[in-house]
Amino acid sequence: MFYREAGDFSTTYAEDQQTFPIKFDRYRYYVVLFIAIVVVPFFINDYWANSLLLPFLIYAIAALGLNILVGYCGQVSLGTGGFMAVGAYSCYKFMTGVDIWWGGELLFRLPEFNIFFSVIMGGLMTALVGVLFGLPSLRIKGFYLAVATLAAQFFLVWLFNRVSWFYNYSASGQINAPERDLFGVLITGPSTEPWATYLFCLFFTIVCAVIARNMTRGSAGRKWMAIRDMDIAAEIIGVNPLRAKLTAFMVSSFFVGISGALFFAVYLGAVEVGEAFGIQKSFLVLFMIIIGGLGSIFGSFAGAAFLVLLPVALKVVGVDWFGWPTDIVAHLNLVIVGGLIIVFLIAEPHGIAQLWRVAKEKLRLWPFPH
Amino acid sequence: MNEQLAFTIEVFANGLMAGVLYALVALGFVLIYKASGIFNYAQGVMALFAAMTLVGIQNGQVPFAHLINAIFGTDVHKFGWSVHSFAAILLTVIVMIALAWAVQRFVFRHLVGQEPIILFMATIGLAYFLEGVADLMWGSELKALNVCASEGNCLPQGMNVWLEGTTYEALGYGFFIDNLDIVASIVAAILVIGLVMFAQYTKQGRAMRAVADDHQAALSVGVSLNFIWVLVWSLAGFVALVAGIMWGAKSGVQFSLSLIALKALPVLMLGGFTSIPGAIVGGLIIGVGEKLFEFLIGAPYLGGATENWFAYMLALLFLVFRPQGLFGEKIIERV
Repeated sequence: MFYREAGDFSTTYAEDQQTFPIKFDRYRYYVVLFIAIVVVPFFINDYWANSLLLPFLIYAIAALGLNILVGYCGQVSLGTGGFMAVGAYSCYKFMTGVDIWWGGELLFRLPEFNIFFSVIMGGLMTALVGVLFGLPSLRIKGFYLAVATLAAQFFLVWLFNRVSWFYNYSASGQINAPERDLFGVLITGPSTEPWATYLFCLFFTIVCAVIARNMTRGSAGRKWMAIRDMDIAAEIIGVNPLRAKLTAFMVSSFFVGISGALFFAVYLGAVEVGEAFGIQKSFLVLFMIIIGGLGSIFGSFAGAAFLVLLPVALKVVGVDWFGWPTDIVAHLNLVIVGGLIIVFLIAEPHGIAQLWRVAKEKLRLWPFPH
Repeated sequence: MNEQLAFTIEVFANGLMAGVLYALVALGFVLIYKASGIFNYAQGVMALFAAMTLVGIQNGQVPFAHLINAIFGTDVHKFGWSVHSFAAILLTVIVMIALAWAVQRFVFRHLVGQEPIILFMATIGLAYFLEGVADLMWGSELKALNVCASEGNCLPQGMNVWLEGTTYEALGYGFFIDNLDIVASIVAAILVIGLVMFAQYTKQGRAMRAVADDHQAALSVGVSLNFIWVLVWSLAGFVALVAGIMWGAKSGVQFSLSLIALKALPVLMLGGFTSIPGAIVGGLIIGVGEKLFEFLIGAPYLGGATENWFAYMLALLFLVFRPQGLFGEKIIERV
């Protein structure tokens, strides 16, 4: 009944190659976009923005990035937290004006960037760092590589903790986002409107998702998948592993950097690196893509939504309804997340995205499956 | 004797001791990896779980007390008895064996034949799960761990006075070394020798090595894979318990105990995942290397706390030149 391809005829190549070839899919996509852009900003309040929507949008970008690396290119990375920190700190430096010192003297200071370009610069710097730490992937594979990316995680967090240049020599060692606006609307700082921060993050999420979707179904994505499925065979049929792996690291780190920049500047406002971008963050994003679905754009969103929603839902049920102490609920959360990871790996290695695909297949035939 | 040199030697000795402990944790990884091809990230959390269980049994805590109180509104905390250390250790070993069986039965039996990286991610999930269960069972506050043979006859604390005195007389500089570190290194050395002997000379040890070599060939000569896997996980649980006791006695039982797994990973990369001697040599290199680096370069020039990443960077650089580690088997790839 739903999802019928019948009657959908493509008459041009452009129509044949569009992202959502089935009409129903396409309209649903437009409706979701319409609600997200036009309807939600009018109803959003502080609670919804800060506890659900902003973390969801920001983690969705990080999950998209990691999914490109892990799900599409098959290179497992545990350094997501560190790369997010690179994004956050570069964004901060560009927001407040990068100062270059030479021999104890201030050589010059870049002008302060607009918040929009600061976030972009955060992504670009992270892409650079990502390529640097991606270089070992040419020699080492599998979990040797996973462990090697931990080097990035620990080294970067240490770097941002110890080198005071990164936090502008502030005494607390924290970075605080100063008030910045875009077209006269405050985006960062303590007195922002929820709809403004929401729309700002939504813009980046949509752009990142469109880029990711189109890259993964183009030649770059096919090369990544060839490397993932069997790297030696891919090399033999002419995929350059150096370029494929490094572009995957680059694009992935770019997304992760943007999400780190938004996480710091728009969502938290003040960040202490070990706390906000520790190894727990790396695992959290990895869990999002495992539960959501490896190698699926929709899966990145589903996983991010799930793991953002779960602690909030548990808190509402456990603390507010049953009146349990918060620490017990936090421990229960760990048990449930860990258990779910195992259950998903055993029962449905392709995650929520696969459940969705199966559901769609069922809906297509419903109500007459035979 | 030159003061700086004496300091350096002291740091070196302390690094060796730390290295032995790293090797001990790394050994748990190698055992499981060799027999089942699973890279067990949860090893550190297993050490935490074992140490918490030990403390809980010693103090007669009621398992899941907080959860029970929260659900039923009761107020139970303790049974009101305390268990002798040896009995508690024995009970903890039994718990770890039960855990090994459960992990094998409910998780990894269903994942046989999956790619190694999937298994790795499953163990990360297992680590979260175990951490949550341990916290729910025994509470997450910092606990003191004391293993005593009899009243007042516990694991030694503080620094070794005798060693300081003798070295002061002989060299004019007293070495500062923890008593506990010395005990830990001796225990670790005994454990390592014991495990190597077990693997080399006993029937089960031979079966274990056969499984490590080739699953199907081992099956065809009548080795029970399930039994060997449970055995290996139990051994790893035992190693985790010993590591948990040593680290727990040193700095208390709390969440940070599980982070020793992160310390052991570079050891493994350096030594090779499949080699027991590799784990030991790698542990010593990393233990000494990070202490010396911190002392000679990190603290004076880089602002300190380099221990967090030095081991990883060393392992990373090393892997670029020798991807299979020091003693690992040569990686041959076929299409």
